[in-house]
Amino acid sequence: MGTLPIRSAGMESALKLRRNAMNHMVTALAVIATAVVLVPLVAILGYLLYKGFSSLNLAFFTKMPVPVGETGGGMANAIIGSGVILALASVLGIPVGIGAGVYLAEYGRGRWLATAIQFTADVLNGVPSIVMGIAAYSLIVARQHHFSGLAGGVALAIMMVPTITRTTEEMLTTVPQMVREAALGLGIPKWRTVVSVSLRTAMPGIITGCMLAFARVAGETAPLLFTALGNQFFNLNLNQPMAALPLQIFTYAVSPYDEWHRLAWGGALVLIVMIMVSVTLVRVVTGRGALKGGQH
Amino acid sequence: MGVGIQVENLNAWYGTTQSLWDINLHIPANHATALIGPSGCGKSTFVRCLNRMHETNPIARAEGVVRMGEIDIYKDASPVEIRRRIGMVFQRPNPFPTMSIYDNVASGLKLNGFRKKRVLDEVVERSLRNAALWDEVKDDLKKKSGASLSGGQQQRLCIARALAVDPEVLLMDEPASALDPVSTAKIEDLIFKLKSQYTIVIVTHNMQQAARVAENTGFFLTGKLVEFAPTTKIFTNPSDKRTEDYITGRFG
Repeated sequence: MGTLPIRSAGMESALKLRRNAMNHMVTALAVIATAVVLVPLVAILGYLLYKGFSSLNLAFFTKMPVPVGETGGGMANAIIGSGVILALASVLGIPVGIGAGVYLAEYGRGRWLATAIQFTADVLNGVPSIVMGIAAYSLIVARQHHFSGLAGGVALAIMMVPTITRTTEEMLTTVPQMVREAALGLGIPKWRTVVSVSLRTAMPGIITGCMLAFARVAGETAPLLFTALGNQFFNLNLNQPMAALPLQIFTYAVSPYDEWHRLAWGGALVLIVMIMVSVTLVRVVTGRGALKGGQH
Repeated sequence: MGVGIQVENLNAWYGTTQSLWDINLHIPANHATALIGPSGCGKSTFVRCLNRMHETNPIARAEGVVRMGEIDIYKDASPVEIRRRIGMVFQRPNPFPTMSIYDNVASGLKLNGFRKKRVLDEVVERSLRNAALWDEVKDDLKKKSGASLSGGQQQRLCIARALAVDPEVLLMDEPASALDPVSTAKIEDLIFKLKSQYTIVIVTHNMQQAARVAENTGFFLTGKLVEFAPTTKIFTNPSDKRTEDYITGRFG
């Protein structure tokens, strides 16, 4: 690393200045880009807090909606309904999504079936959510002749699958081949290697994918319009129409009543906080027992 | 105790490219056997055929007879069984990144459904002692990830992991090529110690290493076994001109 003889000392220091300036500029650009991303996010959250926080009280979480004109009342049915529908969607969607991702990354390489699944998943990812609602409607609601929480859960599950499948596949392909070979070389059967080595190594990324899919469908309204429908009463029966926060927010927000608008803001705030809390909770729970100096 | 390996007319392919040609060789039990040769000469492919790791590559295949003791490993057993009896240490240390040091060593047993904690504790300690790593890690067994160790320690961890399933043969594919001289010396000492209990096959680029640890040495060139003889003979009085050219540094 010597100085090239054709460069004078002056040229060297000028070059150094330019390099440093360039370095600072790139750093500044990255900071600005981050700010541009964060500002709307913080603004939305702030505005929600400002508009919604005042309508939150104990009754909001424990009481049912009341007819127009009466004050008070809450969204207990919608909060519970959203919880039930999302839990159902996760229970149905996550195993299928991860399973398909495992097939793509560990078994299907280069097979036509794998290519077909990848293509389908990508297309499904781009299908408007209202179309998913119509699909679940014709699959379940039209046959049963009634709306139900079950149909809502299925619609959301179908929406979760492609995201989870593709992230699972991508995360598994980042697991180095030599880690798999280590397991196979010990005489560990392939299925065990997939479950205990490949999946375990890729787990943090797969969980992120599941959380993204979850957060995305948690706020979906359109697919629930045709399926869960909404319900003014408390209901835990999956075979009955079920309330959900996005539906309730929609109903209240398009109504002409100030009291309902106020409740809609509160509902929106609760929905966002619910998503944030569940994502954080999953992170904390799955992050426990992490080892020192592990994970590359 | 180790067991010998008899190889007869072994041929191997990747897709349509033949990478091993009619290999015939006897690897004696409880000795270290070194395989040398320039890059791409087929020595890694050869050891991967011995424990059927070769066939984990979907386009790869092998033909011929490999006998371990009385067993024809391609006919009489499943690849999973064979790999339990013929352990392998790879070129780059490859501990399981999400597992603790303890779980790395115990993985071969645990992931095959073995759960008795007392026995596992014993096996882990014995394997780590055999791999000369115990004193360095005994306080962090369950706290630290296998990936937190230094490169040389990781490689000894991988050796301990291979020893924990109690194999009869240990294949080592350039086990020290990614390590510094001090760690390399430790691995060589280890091979020297282990060969009383295991049959060891070591692939190496380093001819001094072959000379130091192995009783017999095979020289591979372009997928063929050119010469196989006691190590001292290979290095002092090779019968083939090509072996002589290689060990005197005329090529490769």
